[in-house]
Amino acid sequence: MVQIVRSAIAGTLESNDIMISIAPAQPGAGIHIELNSPVKNQYGRQIEAAIRAVVERYGLQDILIQANDRGALDCTIEARVETAIVRAAKGEA
Amino acid sequence: MLKLRRSMMFVPGNNPGMLQNAGIYGADTIIFDLEDSVSITEKDSARFLVRNAIQRIKYPSEVAVRINHIATPFGREDLAAILAVKPDLIRLPKAETAKDIQVIDAIITEAEAKQGFTPGSIKMMAAIETAFGLMNAYAIASASSRMVAIAIGGEDFIADLKTSRTSHGSELFVARAQLLLAARAAGIQAIDTVYSDVNNEETFITETTAIKEMGFDGKSVINPRQIKLVHGIFTPTAKQIQQAERILEAYQTALANKSGVIALDGKMIDGPIVARAERVLAYAAAVGVRKEADK
Repeated sequence: MVQIVRSAIAGTLESNDIMISIAPAQPGAGIHIELNSPVKNQYGRQIEAAIRAVVERYGLQDILIQANDRGALDCTIEARVETAIVRAAKGEA
Repeated sequence: MLKLRRSMMFVPGNNPGMLQNAGIYGADTIIFDLEDSVSITEKDSARFLVRNAIQRIKYPSEVAVRINHIATPFGREDLAAILAVKPDLIRLPKAETAKDIQVIDAIITEAEAKQGFTPGSIKMMAAIETAFGLMNAYAIASASSRMVAIAIGGEDFIADLKTSRTSHGSELFVARAQLLLAARAAGIQAIDTVYSDVNNEETFITETTAIKEMGFDGKSVINPRQIKLVHGIFTPTAKQIQQAERILEAYQTALANKSGVIALDGKMIDGPIVARAERVLAYAAAVGVRKEADK
Protein backbone atom coordinates (compact mmCIF):
# COMPACT_ATOMS: atom_id res chain seq x y z
CA MET A 1 0.00 0.00 0.00
CA VAL A 2 1.39 3.36 -1.02
CA GLN A 3 1.39 6.21 1.45
CA ILE A 4 2.13 9.84 0.61
CA VAL A 5 4.57 11.03 3.25
CA ARG A 6 6.18 14.09 1.66
CA SER A 7 5.71 16.68 -1.05
CA ALA A 8 7.14 15.91 -4.45
CA ILE A 9 7.29 17.41 -7.93
CA ALA A 10 7.61 15.84 -11.36
CA GLY A 11 7.59 17.27 -14.87
CA THR A 12 8.52 20.66 -16.28
CA LEU A 13 6.86 23.79 -17.60
CA GLU A 14 8.08 23.16 -21.12
CA SER A 15 5.61 22.90 -23.93
CA ASN A 16 3.90 19.47 -24.21
CA ASP A 17 4.75 18.74 -20.57
CA ILE A 18 2.90 19.11 -17.26
CA MET A 19 4.31 19.89 -13.83
CA ILE A 20 2.69 17.90 -11.06
CA SER A 21 3.13 18.83 -7.38
CA ILE A 22 1.87 16.41 -4.79
CA ALA A 23 1.41 16.89 -1.05
CA PRO A 24 -0.02 14.70 1.72
CA ALA A 25 -3.58 15.46 2.87
CA GLN A 26 -5.46 14.80 6.10
CA PRO A 27 -7.31 11.46 6.27
CA GLY A 28 -10.77 11.96 4.82
CA ALA A 29 -9.73 15.02 2.80
CA GLY A 30 -10.19 13.21 -0.51
CA ILE A 31 -8.46 13.78 -3.84
CA HIS A 32 -7.97 17.50 -4.51
CA ILE A 33 -6.79 18.57 -7.94
CA GLU A 34 -5.95 22.17 -8.77
CA LEU A 35 -5.46 22.47 -12.51
CA ASN A 36 -3.89 25.26 -14.53
CA SER A 37 -3.95 24.79 -18.26
CA PRO A 38 -4.26 26.90 -21.40
CA VAL A 39 -6.78 24.31 -22.63
CA LYS A 40 -8.67 24.00 -19.35
CA ASN A 41 -12.03 24.91 -20.91
CA GLN A 42 -11.79 22.27 -23.64
CA TYR A 43 -9.80 19.52 -21.90
CA GLY A 44 -9.87 20.27 -18.18
CA ARG A 45 -12.11 17.34 -17.33
CA GLN A 46 -10.08 14.94 -19.42
CA ILE A 47 -6.80 16.07 -17.80
CA GLU A 48 -8.29 15.69 -14.32
CA ALA A 49 -9.61 12.25 -15.21
CA ALA A 50 -6.13 11.19 -16.40
CA ILE A 51 -4.61 12.42 -13.11
CA ARG A 52 -7.33 10.77 -11.03
CA ALA A 53 -6.93 7.43 -12.81
CA VAL A 54 -3.28 7.14 -11.74
CA VAL A 55 -4.03 8.30 -8.18
CA GLU A 56 -6.74 5.65 -7.88
CA ARG A 57 -4.55 2.97 -9.42
CA TYR A 58 -2.13 3.57 -6.55
CA GLY A 59 -5.03 3.26 -4.09
CA LEU A 60 -4.63 6.82 -2.78
CA GLN A 61 -7.65 8.45 -1.21
CA ASP A 62 -6.33 11.62 0.36
CA ILE A 63 -3.95 13.76 -1.65
CA LEU A 64 -3.38 17.35 -2.81
CA ILE A 65 -2.33 17.78 -6.42
CA GLN A 66 -1.36 20.92 -8.28
CA ALA A 67 -1.13 20.46 -12.02
CA ASN A 68 0.42 23.07 -14.28
CA ASP A 69 -0.28 21.88 -17.79
CA ARG A 70 1.53 22.98 -20.95
CA GLY A 71 -0.46 20.93 -23.42
CA ALA A 72 0.62 17.44 -22.34
CA LEU A 73 -0.81 14.25 -23.87
CA ASP A 74 -2.55 11.79 -21.54
CA CYS A 75 0.44 9.44 -21.56
CA THR A 76 2.68 12.31 -20.39
CA ILE A 77 0.20 13.41 -17.69
CA GLU A 78 0.01 9.86 -16.36
CA ALA A 79 3.80 9.46 -16.37
CA ARG A 80 4.34 12.72 -14.47
CA VAL A 81 1.65 11.87 -11.88
CA GLU A 82 3.14 8.41 -11.38
CA THR A 83 6.65 9.84 -10.96
CA ALA A 84 5.42 12.37 -8.39
CA ILE A 85 3.55 9.68 -6.45
CA VAL A 86 6.55 7.37 -6.34
CA ARG A 87 8.76 10.26 -5.22
CA ALA A 88 6.29 11.28 -2.50
CA ALA A 89 5.51 7.78 -1.31
CA LYS A 90 6.70 5.43 1.32
CA GLY A 91 6.09 1.73 0.83
CA GLU A 92 5.72 -0.42 -2.22
CA ALA A 93 5.10 1.52 -5.40
CA MET B 1 13.20 -8.55 -46.60
CA LEU B 2 16.26 -6.83 -45.18
CA LYS B 3 15.68 -5.03 -41.90
CA LEU B 4 16.87 -1.49 -42.54
CA ARG B 5 18.70 0.34 -39.80
CA ARG B 6 20.25 3.10 -41.89
CA SER B 7 19.31 5.78 -39.40
CA MET B 8 18.94 5.17 -35.67
CA MET B 9 17.73 8.42 -34.12
CA PHE B 10 18.34 9.17 -30.46
CA VAL B 11 15.47 10.89 -28.65
CA PRO B 12 16.02 12.20 -25.10
CA GLY B 13 13.74 10.17 -22.83
CA ASN B 14 12.62 12.98 -20.56
CA ASN B 15 11.32 15.32 -23.25
CA PRO B 16 7.57 14.79 -23.90
CA GLY B 17 7.50 17.02 -26.99
CA MET B 18 10.32 15.10 -28.65
CA LEU B 19 8.85 11.73 -27.63
CA GLN B 20 5.47 12.49 -29.14
CA ASN B 21 6.91 13.75 -32.43
CA ALA B 22 9.67 11.16 -32.79
CA GLY B 23 7.77 9.13 -35.38
CA ILE B 24 7.33 11.84 -37.99
CA TYR B 25 10.88 12.14 -39.32
CA GLY B 26 11.20 8.78 -41.05
CA ALA B 27 14.12 7.31 -39.07
CA ASP B 28 14.42 3.55 -39.54
CA THR B 29 14.81 3.16 -35.77
CA ILE B 30 13.92 5.53 -32.95
CA ILE B 31 16.06 5.09 -29.84
CA PHE B 32 14.44 6.48 -26.72
CA ASP B 33 17.32 7.32 -24.45
CA LEU B 34 17.27 6.73 -20.70
CA GLU B 35 21.05 7.00 -20.39
CA ASP B 36 23.33 9.96 -21.15
CA SER B 37 20.65 12.47 -22.19
CA VAL B 38 18.79 12.03 -18.89
CA SER B 39 20.19 13.54 -15.68
CA ILE B 40 20.67 11.33 -12.63
CA THR B 41 17.76 13.03 -10.84
CA GLU B 42 15.30 12.39 -13.70
CA LYS B 43 15.95 8.70 -14.42
CA ASP B 44 12.64 7.68 -12.81
CA SER B 45 10.75 10.36 -14.70
CA ALA B 46 12.15 9.42 -18.12
CA ARG B 47 11.51 5.72 -17.51
CA PHE B 48 7.76 6.28 -16.92
CA LEU B 49 7.50 8.77 -19.79
CA VAL B 50 9.16 6.44 -22.32
CA ARG B 51 7.16 3.44 -21.10
CA ASN B 52 3.86 5.33 -21.52
CA ALA B 53 4.84 6.75 -24.90
CA ILE B 54 5.65 3.28 -26.28
CA GLN B 55 2.40 1.94 -24.88
CA ARG B 56 0.15 4.71 -26.21
CA ILE B 57 1.75 6.31 -29.27
CA LYS B 58 1.84 4.34 -32.50
CA TYR B 59 5.30 4.79 -34.01
CA PRO B 60 5.83 3.88 -37.66
CA SER B 61 9.48 2.91 -37.05
CA GLU B 62 11.30 0.28 -35.07
CA VAL B 63 11.32 1.37 -31.41
CA ALA B 64 14.44 0.88 -29.33
CA VAL B 65 15.27 1.95 -25.79
CA ARG B 66 18.79 2.71 -24.62
CA ILE B 67 18.80 1.62 -21.02
CA ASN B 68 21.34 2.52 -18.39
CA HIS B 69 24.06 -0.08 -17.95
CA ILE B 70 22.92 -2.93 -15.73
CA ALA B 71 25.86 -2.31 -13.39
CA THR B 72 24.35 1.11 -12.51
CA PRO B 73 21.50 1.46 -9.99
CA PHE B 74 19.10 2.23 -12.89
CA GLY B 75 19.56 -0.49 -15.49
CA ARG B 76 17.39 -3.19 -13.97
CA GLU B 77 14.58 -0.75 -13.15
CA ASP B 78 14.71 0.53 -16.73
CA LEU B 79 14.26 -3.03 -17.98
CA ALA B 80 11.45 -3.80 -15.52
CA ALA B 81 9.44 -0.78 -16.71
CA ILE B 82 10.24 -0.88 -20.43
CA LEU B 83 10.00 -4.62 -21.13
CA ALA B 84 6.36 -4.61 -19.98
CA VAL B 85 5.41 -2.55 -23.05
CA LYS B 86 7.41 -4.65 -25.51
CA PRO B 87 9.94 -2.42 -27.25
CA ASP B 88 11.35 -3.87 -30.49
CA LEU B 89 14.91 -3.49 -29.32
CA ILE B 90 16.92 -2.93 -26.14
CA ARG B 91 20.20 -1.10 -26.61
CA LEU B 92 22.89 -1.58 -24.01
CA PRO B 93 25.50 1.16 -23.70
CA LYS B 94 29.14 0.55 -22.77
CA ALA B 95 29.06 -3.19 -23.41
CA GLU B 96 32.34 -4.77 -22.40
CA THR B 97 31.74 -8.50 -22.09
CA ALA B 98 29.45 -11.25 -23.36
CA LYS B 99 28.22 -11.56 -19.77
CA ASP B 100 26.64 -8.06 -19.99
CA ILE B 101 24.53 -9.32 -22.88
CA GLN B 102 23.68 -12.66 -21.30
CA VAL B 103 22.44 -11.02 -18.08
CA ILE B 104 20.05 -8.80 -20.03
CA ASP B 105 19.03 -11.68 -22.28
CA ALA B 106 17.95 -13.63 -19.19
CA ILE B 107 15.95 -10.68 -17.85
CA ILE B 108 14.22 -10.27 -21.23
CA THR B 109 13.47 -14.02 -21.43
CA GLU B 110 11.81 -13.85 -18.03
CA ALA B 111 9.79 -10.75 -18.96
CA GLU B 112 8.62 -12.28 -22.24
CA ALA B 113 7.35 -15.36 -20.38
CA LYS B 114 5.65 -13.24 -17.69
CA GLN B 115 3.94 -10.95 -20.21
CA GLY B 116 3.03 -13.69 -22.67
CA PHE B 117 5.15 -12.20 -25.49
CA THR B 118 6.58 -14.48 -28.18
CA PRO B 119 9.92 -15.83 -26.89
CA GLY B 120 12.81 -14.07 -28.62
CA SER B 121 10.64 -11.28 -30.02
CA ILE B 122 12.46 -8.49 -28.16
CA LYS B 123 15.83 -7.96 -29.85
CA MET B 124 19.05 -6.51 -28.49
CA MET B 125 21.93 -4.39 -29.66
CA ALA B 126 24.98 -3.12 -27.85
CA ALA B 127 27.27 -0.14 -28.12
CA ILE B 128 31.00 -0.64 -27.75
CA GLU B 129 32.51 2.42 -26.12
CA THR B 130 35.82 1.28 -24.66
CA ALA B 131 38.99 -0.39 -25.91
CA PHE B 132 38.27 -3.35 -23.62
CA GLY B 133 34.78 -3.68 -25.08
CA LEU B 134 36.20 -3.61 -28.60
CA MET B 135 38.59 -6.43 -27.73
CA ASN B 136 35.48 -8.47 -26.87
CA ALA B 137 33.35 -7.24 -29.75
CA TYR B 138 32.82 -10.62 -31.40
CA ALA B 139 31.97 -12.28 -28.08
CA ILE B 140 29.47 -9.48 -27.39
CA ALA B 141 28.00 -9.65 -30.90
CA SER B 142 27.49 -13.40 -30.67
CA ALA B 143 26.49 -13.61 -27.00
CA SER B 144 22.77 -13.99 -27.67
CA SER B 145 20.43 -14.88 -30.53
CA ARG B 146 18.61 -11.63 -29.70
CA MET B 147 21.58 -9.57 -30.90
CA VAL B 148 20.85 -7.80 -34.18
CA ALA B 149 23.54 -5.11 -34.21
CA ILE B 150 26.58 -3.63 -32.53
CA ALA B 151 27.44 0.04 -32.65
CA ILE B 152 30.47 2.09 -31.91
CA GLY B 153 29.95 4.83 -29.31
CA GLY B 154 32.51 7.25 -30.69
CA GLU B 155 32.86 9.97 -28.08
CA ASP B 156 33.40 7.65 -25.13
CA PHE B 157 35.63 5.41 -27.20
CA ILE B 158 37.86 8.30 -28.25
CA ALA B 159 38.09 9.49 -24.66
CA ASP B 160 39.13 5.97 -23.69
CA LEU B 161 41.79 6.00 -26.42
CA LYS B 162 43.07 9.27 -24.96
CA THR B 163 42.74 11.19 -28.21
CA SER B 164 40.20 13.55 -29.74
CA ARG B 165 37.80 13.66 -32.67
CA THR B 166 39.11 14.92 -36.02
CA SER B 167 37.38 15.75 -39.30
CA HIS B 168 39.23 12.95 -41.14
CA GLY B 169 38.32 10.31 -38.55
CA SER B 170 41.63 8.42 -38.51
CA GLU B 171 41.35 8.07 -34.73
CA LEU B 172 38.30 5.83 -35.25
CA PHE B 173 39.44 3.92 -38.32
CA VAL B 174 40.77 0.83 -36.56
CA ALA B 175 37.84 0.69 -34.13
CA ARG B 176 35.29 0.99 -36.91
CA ALA B 177 37.02 -1.70 -38.98
CA GLN B 178 37.29 -4.05 -36.02
CA LEU B 179 33.68 -3.49 -35.01
CA LEU B 180 32.55 -4.19 -38.55
CA LEU B 181 34.56 -7.42 -38.68
CA ALA B 182 33.06 -8.57 -35.37
CA ALA B 183 29.53 -7.79 -36.59
CA ARG B 184 30.01 -9.59 -39.89
CA ALA B 185 31.64 -12.59 -38.21
CA ALA B 186 28.61 -12.81 -35.91
CA GLY B 187 26.19 -12.25 -38.80
CA ILE B 188 24.67 -9.04 -37.40
CA GLN B 189 24.55 -5.37 -38.39
CA ALA B 190 27.17 -2.70 -37.69
CA ILE B 191 26.05 0.83 -36.80
CA ASP B 192 28.31 3.86 -36.75
CA THR B 193 28.53 6.52 -34.07
CA VAL B 194 26.75 9.88 -33.99
CA TYR B 195 28.15 13.00 -35.59
CA SER B 196 27.30 15.75 -33.17
CA ASP B 197 28.03 18.95 -35.14
CA VAL B 198 24.58 19.10 -36.74
CA ASN B 199 25.36 22.29 -38.67
CA ASN B 200 28.32 20.75 -40.45
CA GLU B 201 26.55 18.82 -43.20
CA GLU B 202 29.59 18.56 -45.41
CA THR B 203 31.65 16.58 -42.92
CA PHE B 204 28.59 14.56 -41.94
CA ILE B 205 28.12 13.50 -45.57
CA THR B 206 31.83 12.68 -45.98
CA GLU B 207 31.82 10.61 -42.79
CA THR B 208 28.58 8.79 -43.65
CA THR B 209 29.80 8.01 -47.17
CA ALA B 210 33.05 6.64 -45.74
CA ILE B 211 31.36 4.33 -43.22
CA LYS B 212 28.89 3.11 -45.85
CA GLU B 213 31.82 2.25 -48.11
CA MET B 214 33.49 0.42 -45.20
CA GLY B 215 30.40 -1.78 -44.98
CA PHE B 216 28.39 -0.29 -42.12
CA ASP B 217 24.61 -0.82 -42.19
CA GLY B 218 23.68 2.52 -40.69
CA LYS B 219 24.50 5.48 -38.52
CA SER B 220 23.25 6.84 -35.23
CA VAL B 221 21.79 10.31 -35.62
CA ILE B 222 20.94 12.98 -33.07
CA ASN B 223 19.01 15.40 -35.24
CA PRO B 224 16.13 14.70 -37.64
CA ARG B 225 17.92 16.77 -40.30
CA GLN B 226 20.58 14.07 -40.55
CA ILE B 227 18.10 11.30 -41.45
CA LYS B 228 17.49 12.33 -45.05
CA LEU B 229 21.22 12.73 -45.66
CA VAL B 230 21.94 9.22 -44.36
CA HIS B 231 19.13 7.66 -46.36
CA GLY B 232 20.33 9.40 -49.52
CA ILE B 233 23.81 7.96 -49.08
CA PHE B 234 22.53 4.45 -48.32
CA THR B 235 20.07 4.28 -51.22
CA PRO B 236 21.45 2.49 -54.30
CA THR B 237 21.47 4.69 -57.42
CA ALA B 238 19.41 3.81 -60.50
CA LYS B 239 22.70 2.97 -62.26
CA GLN B 240 23.77 0.56 -59.49
CA ILE B 241 20.36 -1.12 -59.55
CA GLN B 242 20.43 -1.46 -63.33
CA GLN B 243 23.93 -2.94 -63.25
CA ALA B 244 22.90 -5.42 -60.54
CA GLU B 245 19.93 -6.49 -62.64
CA ARG B 246 22.16 -7.03 -65.67
CA ILE B 247 24.59 -9.12 -63.63
CA LEU B 248 21.84 -11.37 -62.32
CA GLU B 249 20.34 -11.68 -65.78
CA ALA B 250 23.68 -12.69 -67.27
CA TYR B 251 24.20 -15.15 -64.41
CA GLN B 252 20.78 -16.75 -64.90
CA THR B 253 21.24 -16.99 -68.65
CA ALA B 254 24.60 -18.66 -68.11
CA LEU B 255 23.07 -21.10 -65.64
CA ALA B 256 20.31 -21.95 -68.09
CA ASN B 257 22.85 -22.47 -70.88
CA LYS B 258 25.12 -24.43 -68.53
CA SER B 259 28.07 -22.21 -69.47
CA GLY B 260 30.93 -22.37 -67.03
CA VAL B 261 32.42 -18.90 -67.35
CA ILE B 262 30.28 -15.78 -67.37
CA ALA B 263 31.34 -12.35 -68.51
CA LEU B 264 29.53 -9.06 -68.73
CA ASP B 265 31.04 -6.02 -70.45
CA GLY B 266 34.34 -7.86 -70.53
CA LYS B 267 34.40 -8.51 -66.78
CA MET B 268 34.17 -11.94 -65.21
CA ILE B 269 31.13 -12.61 -63.02
CA ASP B 270 31.53 -15.07 -60.20
CA GLY B 271 29.92 -15.91 -56.84
CA PRO B 272 30.85 -12.81 -54.82
CA ILE B 273 29.79 -10.47 -57.63
CA VAL B 274 26.43 -12.21 -57.91
CA ALA B 275 26.03 -12.04 -54.12
CA ARG B 276 26.79 -8.30 -54.19
CA ALA B 277 24.28 -7.72 -56.98
CA GLU B 278 21.64 -9.62 -55.02
CA ARG B 279 22.39 -7.48 -51.99
CA VAL B 280 22.01 -4.25 -54.01
CA LEU B 281 18.61 -5.41 -55.26
CA ALA B 282 17.43 -6.62 -51.85
CA TYR B 283 18.50 -3.27 -50.43
CA ALA B 284 16.76 -1.36 -53.20
CA ALA B 285 13.58 -3.32 -52.53
CA ALA B 286 13.84 -2.65 -48.80
CA VAL B 287 14.25 1.10 -49.25
CA GLY B 288 11.41 1.09 -51.74
CA VAL B 289 13.27 2.33 -54.83
CA ARG B 290 12.61 -1.03 -56.48
CA LYS B 291 9.48 -3.07 -55.87
CA GLU B 292 9.78 -6.74 -54.88
CA ALA B 293 7.53 -7.55 -57.87
CA ASP B 294 10.13 -6.11 -60.25
CA LYS B 295 12.45 -8.98 -59.43
